[in-house]
Amino acid sequence: MKTIILIFVVLMGLFLLYGTMDMPGWGDPNSPASTWVSPRYIEQALEKTETPNLVTAVLGDYRGYDTMGETTVIFTAAIACALLLRGATGNRRKEDE
Amino acid sequence: MLTRVYDNLIVQTVCRVMIPFIQIYALYVIAHGHYSPGGGFQGGVILTAALALIFLAYGQEPAARRMNRRQASMLCAAGVAIYAGIGLYCLLAGGNFLDYSMLAPLLHVSVPRARSLGILGVEVGVGLAVMTAMYSIILDIAGNHEDESDSDPESCSTPKPGSIS
Amino acid sequence: MLEFVISKYNFWVYVILMMIGLYAMLAKRNLVKKLIGMNIFQTAIILFYVSIGVKKGPVQVPIILTEHGHVVQAIRATDYLNPLPHVLMLTAIVVSIATTGVALAVLILIYRRYQTLNEDEILALRQQRRETGA
Repeated sequence: MKTIILIFVVLMGLFLLYGTMDMPGWGDPNSPASTWVSPRYIEQALEKTETPNLVTAVLGDYRGYDTMGETTVIFTAAIACALLLRGATGNRRKEDE
Repeated sequence: MLTRVYDNLIVQTVCRVMIPFIQIYALYVIAHGHYSPGGGFQGGVILTAALALIFLAYGQEPAARRMNRRQASMLCAAGVAIYAGIGLYCLLAGGNFLDYSMLAPLLHVSVPRARSLGILGVEVGVGLAVMTAMYSIILDIAGNHEDESDSDPESCSTPKPGSIS
Repeated sequence: MLEFVISKYNFWVYVILMMIGLYAMLAKRNLVKKLIGMNIFQTAIILFYVSIGVKKGPVQVPIILTEHGHVVQAIRATDYLNPLPHVLMLTAIVVSIATTGVALAVLILIYRRYQTLNEDEILALRQQRRETGA
């Protein structure tokens, strides 16, 4: 079984390496990721938000909705932990059984 | 489950000295996130580190005296509510959701400054939510559950691992 | 071929990390080891994203230099790193910690119920309990 898994994993890695043939090279300044929206962020963020840290500006303003979703995910994780570990014991469990 | 409290003088003294500085540094990271690397997520996690140090060095009882599970959960909800509240205010003021330029008339500042302050408010909410969420997870996973009885025969009706052959 | 390897060696690192994580998730029978494998997988993805934002040459971190509220030099997009992958991965790291917490909570519940974290033993115990009707 472990041999099959190993073969599958190596095949998966080779498949992904085949996919990297179309990717831009390491540190290419003209890669699509660096030429699509990011010049607009870099050039206009300071003027529009007065925030020199571009990461904070993008995190809080340009992609604020995304960050709110992430915060909600963290909140949900905390609530899930609480429900799993605090709620599993106590009176309700005894009524079920 | 962490039941043994380490009664170690060196560890407790070092933690007592370090924890205020860790918390001040965390607040600096949150407040200075506009001008240097930092922000709500990083500062929130550093705040959690301070609380986790209390938990590890002094045990669960002193940590829960500073913030217990119920307070942690409520503050976590409050952090998300701060974030969503700022967004909702912008919506009610006539703009888009999380469009901080609508905060400018409220705060009597220019539109870019209003965006900057909006980001700061959002970061505070994120920091609060991250700190309390991580602390709540730590308390749940590593802490003792006081309302739970390990000697309860019904909740431990599992066979011993040696019973399977 | 050699140029392909050298100019894109960063992808090789991530693919190897991903293979380690995937192998651990699939082949290991201990659930905690599976979780660690998932974290290695996530680390590979995070490194991949961060490497997308790298620009070669004289570039700065995405913090614009200002003195007393004024820009020191004109802002050109080629002078700064791409901030977008950093933003995405910043949130992804924190979310990965939170999801790891949930996974550990589930593992604690599994251990309480079955007194083991080995997948085969858990499946055998489940089968045994279903037959006995417990």
